[in-house]
Amino acid sequence: MADMGGTEQRSTAQLVATRLWNSRWLLAAGIVAVLTVYGFADMTGYVVLLACAVLLFAAAMLPAGVARQSAEDAAAIEAGGLQQLSGEYLAAAVADPLIIFDRTATIVHANAAAFAAFGGIAPGMSLSLKFRAPEMQALLDSILSGAAASDVVDYTEKLPVERAYRVSASSVGHGTDLYVLVFKDQSEARRIDRMRADFIANASHELRTPLASISGFIETLRGPARNDPAAREQFLQIMQNQTGRMARLIDDLLSLSRLEMKPYLKPGTEVDLCQTLDSVIDSLGPLARENGVAIERDFAEGPLNVPGDRDELFQVFENLLENACKYGQSGGRVVVTISHSDDGPEPGIDVTIRDFGPGIPEEHIPRITERFYRVDVENSRTQKGTGLGLSIVKHILTRHNARLSIKSEVGKGAAFTVHLPAH
Amino acid sequence: MQSVHIVSAYDEELKYLSKRIAAMGGHAERMVEQAIAALVNADPGLAQKVIRDDAVLDEGQREIDDKAIIIIAKRQPMATDLREIVGAIRISADLERVGDLGKNVAKRVVAVIEGRQPTSLFRGIEALADLALTQLKEVLDVYASRSVEKIGLVRDRDDQIDAVYTSLFRELLTYMMEDPRNITPCTHLLFCAKNIERIGDHATNIAETIYYIVTGDQMPAERPKGDKTDKIVLPATLPAK
Repeated sequence: MADMGGTEQRSTAQLVATRLWNSRWLLAAGIVAVLTVYGFADMTGYVVLLACAVLLFAAAMLPAGVARQSAEDAAAIEAGGLQQLSGEYLAAAVADPLIIFDRTATIVHANAAAFAAFGGIAPGMSLSLKFRAPEMQALLDSILSGAAASDVVDYTEKLPVERAYRVSASSVGHGTDLYVLVFKDQSEARRIDRMRADFIANASHELRTPLASISGFIETLRGPARNDPAAREQFLQIMQNQTGRMARLIDDLLSLSRLEMKPYLKPGTEVDLCQTLDSVIDSLGPLARENGVAIERDFAEGPLNVPGDRDELFQVFENLLENACKYGQSGGRVVVTISHSDDGPEPGIDVTIRDFGPGIPEEHIPRITERFYRVDVENSRTQKGTGLGLSIVKHILTRHNARLSIKSEVGKGAAFTVHLPAH
Repeated sequence: MQSVHIVSAYDEELKYLSKRIAAMGGHAERMVEQAIAALVNADPGLAQKVIRDDAVLDEGQREIDDKAIIIIAKRQPMATDLREIVGAIRISADLERVGDLGKNVAKRVVAVIEGRQPTSLFRGIEALADLALTQLKEVLDVYASRSVEKIGLVRDRDDQIDAVYTSLFRELLTYMMEDPRNITPCTHLLFCAKNIERIGDHATNIAETIYYIVTGDQMPAERPKGDKTDKIVLPATLPAK
């Protein structure tokens, strides 16, 4: 209450001051007139003071026109609170991708979320050229032709990463000839559904082999080998290997599914490649020693930072280095190189992991990133591979806008190069 | 993009052309996507839908041809405008072919799914289709943004497509030699793979047309061929496993 009283008082004082200020010229003229009259006529000082006081009082009291004027000013300021607020700020404050366009479907403004989600859009570009899917074309048509004031469709982008949106379009205000598209990301819900289906399909297919072998050995153990301790020990060992393989398979399938679940990469985080690769090399030290492989480093000078997710890039290099240690074992050494590559169409940083093992036959190279694709089934099994490692690598790199290129010559080893764009 | 003409109806007409191209592109992308989905998920219903949808693309091409000819006759276009219009005719022809190839894949779905094939084969086809569709999408995005400097990357993908195609070809031959009962479905899959590879080629054609529209020059010719299937010969007998 006291506060409110205070506010009222202050505003009254302000009002009086404003009125005085508004009528300052009249007031000055009045006082000058009084003083002039005082100079010529023979009056006492009291009369002059009284005249001035009357003048001031009259000015401070509400002259009707001025008051209306200031009331209008106040109203204008109040309405301006929303009307004069820049639409740009408003669009930027919306977390979902938002695009404002005009009658000809030309983009007038797109907020930061829209730039992040659909790279390569710019004001002045035609919206119907960018969103070509038939349902989006129908949505734009129905809004622009005035058939509907607002409309909603489901829109799915399959490449490069699958994303599903619920898109709503509506006109902005009255007679502005502007329209707005808002994209609500539904990818997660969609992916959970798909993940379940994919997981079951992949798991049932790949888990069947080890499961069949385990159940075969159990049968043997209960039957013919019941009283044969040596065979029992051997069979149990095989069964343990098989269950280990199943566990790894499930781990890999889960991490692949988790990757597919996550929406596109959060912008703004940077990864120090030197430090990441150092810790990858440390964590794989025991495996390298076990396989008799020496890991050599050849890192470029200077800061080697790229935008990305550290945990995911860690997994990329871990999988690649692990493969190099396992399948390039016969070469005895693995070289990890980080270098700047600025001359290509996309400047960035290259990380190369090179082994000197048997290499990969040319016809397999384009396909080794497919799920469960194995160059040599037997070798992969003995090395405890699941057939998912490179598939995970490829998935993470797609999300980072990065490229994986593989060069190999049979008998001379293989080089896996990850090109990470700087921006 | 285009400079403003004194007759605004002319601008409208040019804009309409590119809008129709984009709509055709969207349709073609969707058709190929659905044809592959029908093949991989063994869904003859979806395949039928793709076959029906092809009519939309044929209609689109006819319309673009008509409009383009009328614009040329009425406005006597020069320079960029002329390239824009001739480009639209070429691109719509390429997109119509992409639709035909997608339709052809859809037609083979019934024959392929009769005997269920190993999933790895479908994964290969899917990977190939992903590459081709990415290429098509990137090309059409460049058509929207006119940023021709990205076209080099688009053409690089053609090599990857050829490499995967060569590898698939080899794999399919191996399956056919293993068991003569595989020959029917594998031959169909071979044609599907070939169709998808052709879609990539059409995307490359479109990229070249866009380059021409924007710059007025032909794209520098450096197209290494990665398709080595013409040289693949498998031994008459399989090596003992």
